[in-house]
Amino acid sequence: MDIFDKYATIIGRHDKVLEAGTDPFAVRVDEMLSATEAMIGGRRTILLGTNNYLGLTFDPTAIDASVEAARRDGTGTTGSRIANGNYAQHQELELELAAFLKRRSCMVFTTGYQANLAMIAGVAGPRDVIFMDSDSHASIYDGCTLSGAKVIRFRHNDPDDLDRRLARSPEGECKLIIVEGLYSILGDTAPLKAFAEVKKKHGAWLMVDEAHSLGVYGGEGRGVAEAQDCEADVDFVVGTFSKSLAAIGGFGAANHPRFDCLRFCSRPYMFTASPSPASIASARASLRRMANDPNLRAAIWNNAERLHAGLRQLGYTVAAAPGPVAAIRLPDEATAVAAWNRLLQLGVYVNLAVPPGTPNGACLLRCSLSAAHAPAQIDEVLGRFERLSQSLRELATA
Amino acid sequence: MVDVTSDKDVAGSDEVFKEVCGLVTRFAPEGMALTPDTELAAQLNIDSVAAMDLVMEIEDHYNIDIPINEIADLRTLGDLAKLVRRHVKG
Ligand SMILES: Cc1ncc(COP(=O)(O)O)c(C=O)c1O
Repeated sequence: MDIFDKYATIIGRHDKVLEAGTDPFAVRVDEMLSATEAMIGGRRTILLGTNNYLGLTFDPTAIDASVEAARRDGTGTTGSRIANGNYAQHQELELELAAFLKRRSCMVFTTGYQANLAMIAGVAGPRDVIFMDSDSHASIYDGCTLSGAKVIRFRHNDPDDLDRRLARSPEGECKLIIVEGLYSILGDTAPLKAFAEVKKKHGAWLMVDEAHSLGVYGGEGRGVAEAQDCEADVDFVVGTFSKSLAAIGGFGAANHPRFDCLRFCSRPYMFTASPSPASIASARASLRRMANDPNLRAAIWNNAERLHAGLRQLGYTVAAAPGPVAAIRLPDEATAVAAWNRLLQLGVYVNLAVPPGTPNGACLLRCSLSAAHAPAQIDEVLGRFERLSQSLRELATA
Repeated sequence: MVDVTSDKDVAGSDEVFKEVCGLVTRFAPEGMALTPDTELAAQLNIDSVAAMDLVMEIEDHYNIDIPINEIADLRTLGDLAKLVRRHVKG
C-alpha cells in the first residue's frame, strides 16, 4: 500500500482541474508591478484576489522601515521569543496594537494561522467546550483540535442555534465561542451583537477573529465588533498582519489581567521563531498609516460598491452584501474552473473556491478589493467580466 | 465509553440506524442498499465537511450535540448510527 493512497480521490480531482488549463492552486506571479497589478504567464494582470485590502504592500514609508530594520536587526531573529529573546520591536508593536485596539494587552505571533492556534489552544484546554461557527477558517478548526477541548459546531451566523446548543451543554464547564468578523469566502459578516447577547446569557467567553475586517470595518478600523458597537463583550480578538497590514504575522489581544500567561502556556507562541524584523517594522508603519488615514477605508468601500453593483448589473449572483469580498456563485466546479481560466486569459486574477473549502458545496469566484484599485481599474475589470458572461453563454450552449 | 448494544446486527435493525439512513439516502447512488458496512467516504462520497454538515442535521433531529472530535474517525454508516445512539441515550 502506498502511504499517499489516502489522497487518491483528491489527486484525481486536481488532475481534472489541470486538464482545463492553468493550475488555480499554484499560480505563479512572475513580477509584482504594484499593489494591484502583476505579470502572470507573460501577461499584465489586474489582481482582484489578494487580501491586500488597504493596498499598503508598496507603501514607501513601510518599505523604508522594513529595509532599515533588516539592516539594523538582520534578516532572521534569534529564535523563539521565550527561549531566545524578544526584540524591542516585537514589544513595541504589541504596545502599539494594544493601544489601537483599546485592549489591556496584546501578543504578536509569527503568522495569523499561528495566532489562531496559539489563542485557541492557549485559552481553551481539554476540560473546556468550544462552540465554533461552521464556516470557520481552517486555522480555527486546527486551533480547536490542538486545544483538546470538546468542540461543538453551530450553524453559520445563527445565534439561535448557538443559544440552543449552549442551553444543552452541562454547567460547570468553561465555554468559549469562536466566530469571525468578516467571512473571507462568501464575504458575509457575523451578527456579533446577537452573539454577544447569547454569550452573556450563558456566561460564556467570546473570541472574534477579525483577520479580514481589521482596517476595513468600524469607524476607526478595529473591525466588525467596533462597527456593531459590541467590543466590550468580545473577550479575545485575533488578527493577522497579512491582510490590511500588508506584512506577515498575527496577534491576539484581551483585557483579561492574566492574558499574558499565554507567553509561557501556549505552545504555538513558545515553540516557533519570532517574526522577522522586516515584517514587524512594516506592520508598525502600516498600523500607523491605517490609524491615521481614514481615506484608505473610504477608498476600499467605494471600490466595493462599484464592483458589487457592476457585477449585479451584469447578471452575476454575488453571495453577500457589498464589502471587500465579492464571491460570485457559479453552478458547478467545471464552470467555475472554466470561468477562472477565461478571466486569467483576460488579464484578471481572482480566487477559485470549491468544496471542501467552501460552505454548502458552493463553487465560487472569490474577488477581493483593495483601496489601491483605481475606479478605472474596477471599470476595466467589469468590462472583462462582461466578456466572461459571453464566454459562459457560449459554454452553456456548446 | 463502551456500548454493549451496538454490535452490527443490532445496528442494522434499530430505529436510529433507520433514521440515519433516511437522512443519508440523498447521498446514495440509485439502487444502492444502505447497510451498516456502507462506507461514508468511499461509497457515499461524503467528505469530511459533508460529514460534519450531516451530523448537524442529525443533531437537530434528535436535539443533541455531537462534538466534532468524535466525527473524525467515522468510517461506516454503522459507526455513525453507533455514535448517534450513544448521544441519544445520554
Ligand atoms: C479568518 C482567518 N484567520 C486566520 C487566517 C490566517 O492568517 P495568515 O494567512 O496571516 O496566517 C486567515 C487567512 O489566511 C483567515 O482567513
